[in-house]
Amino acid sequence: MSKYTEILFRPVFKENPIALQMLGICSALAVTSKLYPTLIMCVALTVTVSLSNFFISMIRNLTPSNIRIIVQMTIISSLVILVDQGLKAYDYETSKTLSVFVGLIITNCIVMGRAEAFAMQNPPGVSFLDGFGNGLGYSVILIILGTIRELFGTGTILEYEIFPLVQNGGWYVPNNFFLLPPVSFILIGLIIWALRAWQTDQIEEPEFKMAENSPVVIPNPPPIPSSKGTSA
Amino acid sequence: MFKINKDSTLNITLVGIGLCLVCSAIISLIAIQLRSLQIENAVLDQQKKIVSSAGLKEVYGSVENAMSNIKSIIINLDEGEIVDLNPQTYELAKELREDGKYKFLSAEEDIASIKKREKFSKIYIEYKDDKINTIILPVRGYGLWGILYGYLAIENDFNTVAGLEFYEHKETPGLGAEIDNPKWKSLWKGKKIYKDNGEVSLKVIKGSVLNNSINYNYEVDGLSGATLTCNGVSNLIAYWMGNDGYLNFIQKLKEIDV
Repeated sequence: MSKYTEILFRPVFKENPIALQMLGICSALAVTSKLYPTLIMCVALTVTVSLSNFFISMIRNLTPSNIRIIVQMTIISSLVILVDQGLKAYDYETSKTLSVFVGLIITNCIVMGRAEAFAMQNPPGVSFLDGFGNGLGYSVILIILGTIRELFGTGTILEYEIFPLVQNGGWYVPNNFFLLPPVSFILIGLIIWALRAWQTDQIEEPEFKMAENSPVVIPNPPPIPSSKGTSA
Repeated sequence: MFKINKDSTLNITLVGIGLCLVCSAIISLIAIQLRSLQIENAVLDQQKKIVSSAGLKEVYGSVENAMSNIKSIIINLDEGEIVDLNPQTYELAKELREDGKYKFLSAEEDIASIKKREKFSKIYIEYKDDKINTIILPVRGYGLWGILYGYLAIENDFNTVAGLEFYEHKETPGLGAEIDNPKWKSLWKGKKIYKDNGEVSLKVIKGSVLNNSINYNYEVDGLSGATLTCNGVSNLIAYWMGNDGYLNFIQKLKEIDV
């Protein structure tokens, strides 16, 4: 695999921003109850993270290190405002459904994380690819979530009826639980499980080990300060 | 080529100011470029909701055609009179900000939990052969997570609902947000608002309306899992169709009509 395809596709399965880096979970919970807004959100985030990586990398040699976070934030938030304005102009309906979550891309950890971890050290071209790859990685997880949640929550995919609902004379009773944010947590957990069963090198070293059951040891009582004798 | 010290105070200031200037210039430029498109979108969206609340898109074929038969007027809610103000410049949010143009509602009055009610309201009337065919009234009231904003369309007997459409709300997708479900919205058509004694009787009930119910014409099926949203809808109808809302205006219209 060439270096560029490696940079582009590594974040999709090997170093997925949500499944491995654990970034951007908040918006993955919030916008995935329907597939269409999910898709728009994916496009919005991918555009933002690619371009922000590109521009941050472009001025990385000029950026004073003590205001670099502010510089990154300014660039990211400008891009997010542009995306938000564009969405309001060209897809008004979806911008209404996504409402505040487009604005919240600013605080999406993936964008800041990639800027800090990659764009500050690499030239603009590869930074752009890295951003795009991370956008794709985010999108893959979001699309899986959006599809499952919309299918089981409302019986449709992209508003197209898959399971005919009881209300409309079909057989499927929609599971409202799938429309609530917590279900994303469970689904993300399952995805991580599946991903790590496949890519075993993603399994993390346990931070601590469960102690073996050992015979009960009664600790020595603390020494009594005034007595001179050794404690029993 | 000279080497810059990127951590010098001068460079920090220059990069900071430069970046801010560039970013703000780009944003302002794009924002101004897109402004007209955004306003157009918002207006179009509003018109779509107005037209679809009365189910007029099917009648006229397109939103534009329907809008050419719809007139907007400003009315005084307390007196129920049409006032000579320009509907084009009317904005609800502005009315609710300017002193003297709204009133605070007491707890008993405020069944729809909206806190403030404007003095002037912008309503829409559809004319057919120079006669009033439908009136479309903006309504609002608190649901579960926020205020529901919508249009209630009433036929020219001023009692039969032609349709109900919400254009802004924050209800839970799949539960309260089902107030946007076309199937549920279609239940409203043909329902009556006032009983013979003049009381506002239309409301959303829990469960389904039975076919042989005596209140069949005054009840709409509830949305399961969205009791608070449904109560909000009932409340906003009770408020806006009552004395404090459009009742005065409707009575005036009836007098003219008779």
